[in-house]
Amino acid sequence: MRLNVTVNGEARQADDVWEGESLLYVLRERLGLPGSKNACEQGECGSCTVYLDGTPVCSCLVAAGQAEGCEVRTVEGLAEGDQLDRVQQSFVDAGAVQCGFCTPGLVVAAHDLLKRVPNPSDPEIREALAGNLCRCTGYEKILDAVRLAATR
Amino acid sequence: MTSPTRETTKGGVGDSPLRPDGTLKVRGEFAYSSDLWHEDMLWGATLRSPHPYARIRSVDIGEALKVPGVYAVLTHNDVPGTNLYGLEHPDQPVLAVDVVRYHGESIALVAADHPETARRAIKKIKVDYEVLTPITDAEAAVGPDAPALHNGGNVVRKVHIERGDQHATADVVVSGVYEVGMQDQAFLGPESGLAIPAEDGGVDLYVATQWLHVDQKQICFALDLPTDKVRLTLAGVGGAFGGREDLSIQVHACLLALHTGKPVKMVYNREESFYGHVHRHPAKLYYEHGADRDGTLRYVRCRIYLDGGAYASSTPAVVANAATLGIGPYNVDNVTVDCWGAYTNNPPCGAMRGFGAVQAGFAYESQMDKLAAALGIDPVDVRVRNAMSEGSVMPTGQVVDSAAPVEELLRLVKERPLPPATDGPLDLTAMPGGVSNTTHGEGVVRGVGYAVGIKNICFSEGFDDYSTARLRLQVINGEPAAVIHTAAAEVGQGLVTIQQQIVRTELGIDQVTVHPADTTVGNGGSTSASRQTYVTGGAVKAVCEAVREKLLKLAVARFGEPRSELSAPDVVAVLGDDVIEETVEWRHRPTTALDPDTGQGFAHVQYGFAAHRAVVDVDVDLGLVKVVELACAQDVGKAMNPQAVLGQIHGGSTQGLGLAVMEEIQVSGGKVRNPSFTDYLIPTVLDTPPMPVDVLELADPHAPYGLRGVGEPPTISSTPAVVAAIRAATGLALTRVPVRPEHLTDTQSPSA
Ligand code: FES
Ligand code: FES
Repeated sequence: MRLNVTVNGEARQADDVWEGESLLYVLRERLGLPGSKNACEQGECGSCTVYLDGTPVCSCLVAAGQAEGCEVRTVEGLAEGDQLDRVQQSFVDAGAVQCGFCTPGLVVAAHDLLKRVPNPSDPEIREALAGNLCRCTGYEKILDAVRLAATR
Repeated sequence: MTSPTRETTKGGVGDSPLRPDGTLKVRGEFAYSSDLWHEDMLWGATLRSPHPYARIRSVDIGEALKVPGVYAVLTHNDVPGTNLYGLEHPDQPVLAVDVVRYHGESIALVAADHPETARRAIKKIKVDYEVLTPITDAEAAVGPDAPALHNGGNVVRKVHIERGDQHATADVVVSGVYEVGMQDQAFLGPESGLAIPAEDGGVDLYVATQWLHVDQKQICFALDLPTDKVRLTLAGVGGAFGGREDLSIQVHACLLALHTGKPVKMVYNREESFYGHVHRHPAKLYYEHGADRDGTLRYVRCRIYLDGGAYASSTPAVVANAATLGIGPYNVDNVTVDCWGAYTNNPPCGAMRGFGAVQAGFAYESQMDKLAAALGIDPVDVRVRNAMSEGSVMPTGQVVDSAAPVEELLRLVKERPLPPATDGPLDLTAMPGGVSNTTHGEGVVRGVGYAVGIKNICFSEGFDDYSTARLRLQVINGEPAAVIHTAAAEVGQGLVTIQQQIVRTELGIDQVTVHPADTTVGNGGSTSASRQTYVTGGAVKAVCEAVREKLLKLAVARFGEPRSELSAPDVVAVLGDDVIEETVEWRHRPTTALDPDTGQGFAHVQYGFAAHRAVVDVDVDLGLVKVVELACAQDVGKAMNPQAVLGQIHGGSTQGLGLAVMEEIQVSGGKVRNPSFTDYLIPTVLDTPPMPVDVLELADPHAPYGLRGVGEPPTISSTPAVVAAIRAATGLALTRVPVRPEHLTDTQSPSA
């Protein structure tokens, strides 16, 4: 099938999409946007988190066809040119990035949290990020990064 | 005593400059091995055994070959070289021949134009198995009656250590039998890589690994190609923790690429990842501690059985670690240790953060608590009474010849103020059971537990452990600029940052670029054993010294007089249009093998120590545990990058927490029952508590900058501290990790 989808503000088309493909697969393998990650492909880790019509979703759980006509915003669409989004900059500054495989998903999840809750409490941050696994950091520096971003 | 360094360089040693790859990673633009793409590339897939032990009568690939879009279906017949690989002993077939020895063993490969096509073709391969009865118990496997799984029997390695009186007695004796379940590294970036066939008949492989050169060696052996025909470049690595030290897709992807003449990408999904790498050895440990009434240890005797699974991997070295570190960071004159690594039909086990020291650590720390309870002594006091220090003697006879601040680390975590009881407004996320709303505090009991651990740093037992660094220095845009090149794998820990820091400090220049790690430079050794900052850091320091020496010689010619220091403008003046390039191999001081009869020897380069205090809340009705706080104190010799040091301690502590209360690959009858993140749980941000850290910097005079490897020690003491806290809350014996809810309620008692 042919898929029409707006990604990071740009109208995109993918041809020969097999019905079983996920939105994550189409983004990564057909649209040249591998920033969203594929750590589990079963909705458990959050590394594939993207905005779908403004709501964060696990793109591995979205069938490509479900995104037809939708707006998708991925981690690649958060920075303005060279200017990182405050969440991205805070992750770098706070040392919240080690291997970084969880980072794209966490950045999108934290970005969404701060849009909804400008000054989140620690329990609010923890709850918002509970769907995103990180194996490297023990989350301490990730919490620091979100706290830092909230002040910026 | 620290080697002399220039203290103040911005972004140098001791500072925490930003990671050079951080911006790419937060933008989603860092190229991980699973992100690679090539024009015209194919996708590879692997057929794996559904049986833990079976004879293969036949393999029929006919139907798979007929699937449209399939380019190749390969079996062991297509392996051109020796169909074996392995880190220490090549005993694992690249593709199984007539027997499979574990659930998930590779049998055949497919390359196709879509990953789903490849997976469907895999399902069309027909294998006729004669299912055999698996051997699944490590202790039984090394016993006299077990049938041999490999020529030479089921003992991968046995280490015996004896020191002092082998028949010592004591006033108070405590004994226990402990079990450690099979933990998974669960790095987030799946095994993956891209193999590109080259015109010279060789292959270029881009892969996530921990050790490029040992991969290269094994690939050459299997493909029957010389080293210069197999070129590896490190692709972005999404975590490792030991799980990438053995081969996964490496030989398979190269085989498919060479066979089809096309680039081949392989990416495991999460289920296949659980089959595709080795795990932490499950263990059964029998301990007996004898002590005086004041708590002074008289003797320790133990027997440790480590389940190596179907193939050797790094089991021999894990056995040595568990044995030599088997009694923990304590002074004991009379020690007997027997440690076996066994072949079984369980999944192969090898390297995981802590590497043998974790299993022993759970047992000896549980014993120290048991001893404290038997004597009515405070658990920290009994540890302090026996704590080793600089000058102490290991069971191997090795004198610990740098700081061993075991007592101080314990005091640091003990003296920290305790977190307040949860009494304020109800925050469900702080309760056992969390937002499942299983309790509002009723039935919840708090406990506090302590543990301390010891880990060897770098490779041991006489291994020629070195790294290679190449540095190129020239003037670019009027500034001196360095390119540092090693084959050492950045896996997330921040080695790339450390390399830049060392060059800045040693040469006093700002612009330092880290060249991608590849096999065009010499061996960097493994990113394991907490060794890269030590060994590759040592190599980078050494190559800087070589470059500086050259610069100083040139400076004599340029300035007509010798100088001891050169500023950046001096370097520019000296260099002009010249380029200086130096390559240096650097080794740490040598170690020796263990005596085969007594286990005595100077086996380890360096020891690292960490202590934890865990505070837990346990819902005793439901058996749910919430770790409230996990404080750590660790000696790092020199905090090369304080922010990265904390990152290692937090991450390591959390993996230890995972082993304590949730992480286990469930294997029954040799079959893996939970190969997914739905069923194999790793700590989320809600499971992970605040982790305050005290860092000591007691320089090791033998190490570059006095540093001590950081990555592993926190993974060792974290697990027993959490379990000690649960014991304190519940009064239960808890002899097995992970502790499961049924161990805490009456529904099922712990196994021992
Ligand atoms: S890859 Fe989508 S949740 Fe893990
Ligand atoms: S930084 Fe590696 S998984 Fe989070």
